[in-house]
Amino acid sequence: MDRAAPRRFDGRGPRAFLHRLRHGDQVAHVLTLTFAAGILLLTSMLVYELWVNSHLSRAKFGWLFFWTSTWDPIFDNFGAAPFIYGTLVTSVVSLVLAVPLGLAAAIFLSELAPRRMSDTISFLIDLLAAVPSVIYGLLGIFIVVPLMRTTVGPILIGSLGHVPVLGKFFKGPNYGVGFLTAGVVLAIMVVPFIISVSREVLLTVPREQREAALALGATRWEATWKVVVPWARTGILGSVFLALARALGETMAVTMVIGNDPKIAASLFAPGYTIAAVIANEFTEATGDLYLSALIELGLVLFLMTFILNGLARLLIVATERGGGRPS
Amino acid sequence: MTEDNFNTMRKMLVVPFLLFALAATAGAQSGSPLLLNAAGATFPYPIYSKWFDVYHTAHPNIQINYQSIGSGGGIRQLLAGTVDFGASDGPMSDDQLAQAKFKILHFPTVLGAVVPTYNIAGVTGELNFTQKALSGIYLGTITKWNDPEIANANKGLKLPGDDIVVVHRSDGSGTSYIFTDFLSKASADWKSKVGTGTSVNWPVGLGGKGNEGVSGLVKQTPNAIGYIELIYAVQNNISYGKVQNVDGKFVKADLAGVTAAAASMKDMPEDFRVSITNAPGAKSYPISSFTWLLIPAQISDAAKRDAIKDFLKWMLADGQKFNEGLSYAQLPKTVIGKESKAISLIQ
Repeated sequence: MDRAAPRRFDGRGPRAFLHRLRHGDQVAHVLTLTFAAGILLLTSMLVYELWVNSHLSRAKFGWLFFWTSTWDPIFDNFGAAPFIYGTLVTSVVSLVLAVPLGLAAAIFLSELAPRRMSDTISFLIDLLAAVPSVIYGLLGIFIVVPLMRTTVGPILIGSLGHVPVLGKFFKGPNYGVGFLTAGVVLAIMVVPFIISVSREVLLTVPREQREAALALGATRWEATWKVVVPWARTGILGSVFLALARALGETMAVTMVIGNDPKIAASLFAPGYTIAAVIANEFTEATGDLYLSALIELGLVLFLMTFILNGLARLLIVATERGGGRPS
Repeated sequence: MTEDNFNTMRKMLVVPFLLFALAATAGAQSGSPLLLNAAGATFPYPIYSKWFDVYHTAHPNIQINYQSIGSGGGIRQLLAGTVDFGASDGPMSDDQLAQAKFKILHFPTVLGAVVPTYNIAGVTGELNFTQKALSGIYLGTITKWNDPEIANANKGLKLPGDDIVVVHRSDGSGTSYIFTDFLSKASADWKSKVGTGTSVNWPVGLGGKGNEGVSGLVKQTPNAIGYIELIYAVQNNISYGKVQNVDGKFVKADLAGVTAAAASMKDMPEDFRVSITNAPGAKSYPISSFTWLLIPAQISDAAKRDAIKDFLKWMLADGQKFNEGLSYAQLPKTVIGKESKAISLIQ
């Protein structure tokens, strides 16, 4: 934007100030700056509150908080390891399931489907993204959990359970609730985000890119996979990290299907626990000071995890922008 | 838009406006009611909201606003002075009372009980649970349904040799408090290793959120056992087992058995902070508990003080009549008499 024009009135004094105000640019500048600063303020206040209120727990457990796995409110002994593990595992499982599914659906909707069909389906997908998480929790309890216990679980344990290394992740007992079930429910929840955002990004790829590839003799699929998708890579990664953010922080749907047992187990069928779930479950009835402080420190840990993962996402985007990506 | 439609629209807009104006003037005439704020336990919330509502109808000048944020939250809010009184499913500990800047009185209001529910393929009869069986199952030392400790108490039933799937509450709750309090009395191991609390470090088992989460998991998972509130079991027609009491009798929980347990407490302490799990008496159901209102002993605002005292009197006399309709057990007469005297401690 050309900012030279308002600069002409950069004189001092109230008259000049009023004159500048008459130009919408200055007002907009101040206004948007205030709101942007508000976000910064909000985030720092959040961290500050978590930091201050978790003081007791930080002083008592220090770094051990991250490594120990006992969570005992009666004897005031708190360790976050099972919760960190559960949060990571369920998020990873959900992305492993949701990313291929979401990306493939987005490619179909943007590249192959007729425009009208694409718009109708996208509308439904946007609806899915707006469904409250407790509804997905119910879906999990009534459909995914029984299915996992009676059908999917036994099949996976029977087949993959005997494979040397992979087998460790598919061992019984299978209660129906656990890491895998939580991951599946999360995948169902985040897939609309991936499809919706990826489709929008794919649609913004210039027509000339496709035409050029086709003119060079590429098939339609080659044009899509080798030209269109790399061009939209940054946006697609963005959708994945949006999905990851939702998976990390999801509370209600996860606590309904994960089994809520703070243990670290290799098997995906074992019950587990996540940070968000334990905070939601125990905060209202927490009475001891140290107990409360430990729960708040868990909140801080979750914030930290989100922060680190977002940082990694930035790095990944920077790294992939070199070569193949959209010219900047 | 037709003329007719337009007129209806106008009426629809005008009528609520008039009502609002009317309500506003009425409110201004009678003076705004005295508002009491309270917060705490979720377990007695249905009966409390009934009481506060009925009491408000009888005394339009007093309104009690109760937030069921959980016992822990209720105690915290009371200690911080943001509410006029609190409510809790577990009595406050000595530490918590020592922390408080003012003296806090406990007033039992209603009784609740916790029952074991289970889902064993092929077993439809009522199971008898000894105290050792329940504590063993939850400690993880009894792992099969045909364990002698369970089988010997259920001679007529054919129990499978399958692994027991243990289910407990995942959210902090008064229900867990009552149940772990019972287990602590039933087993020395439980007392030293796990203890009593709204959330504990469960040795085994899956966690379900709320009564509905626990009963849902039990219903879905073969060979599962869980514990739920008596009220929840009654209202949802969930079958549950009998539990052995201190006298060795197997008792099926009902409201009379819970009141009997409370009545059998011979030495009720002055501050009412008492656990009635494993109460003596052949009829007493062993897993039951009071739930309490937490009221400051000194209330400087005279109007609020009188209102709270009057409400307590009403609750002990008239309020108790509403209990059974909502599946809460009534307080025994002895406790009501003692509490009525204790009201004078509020100054």
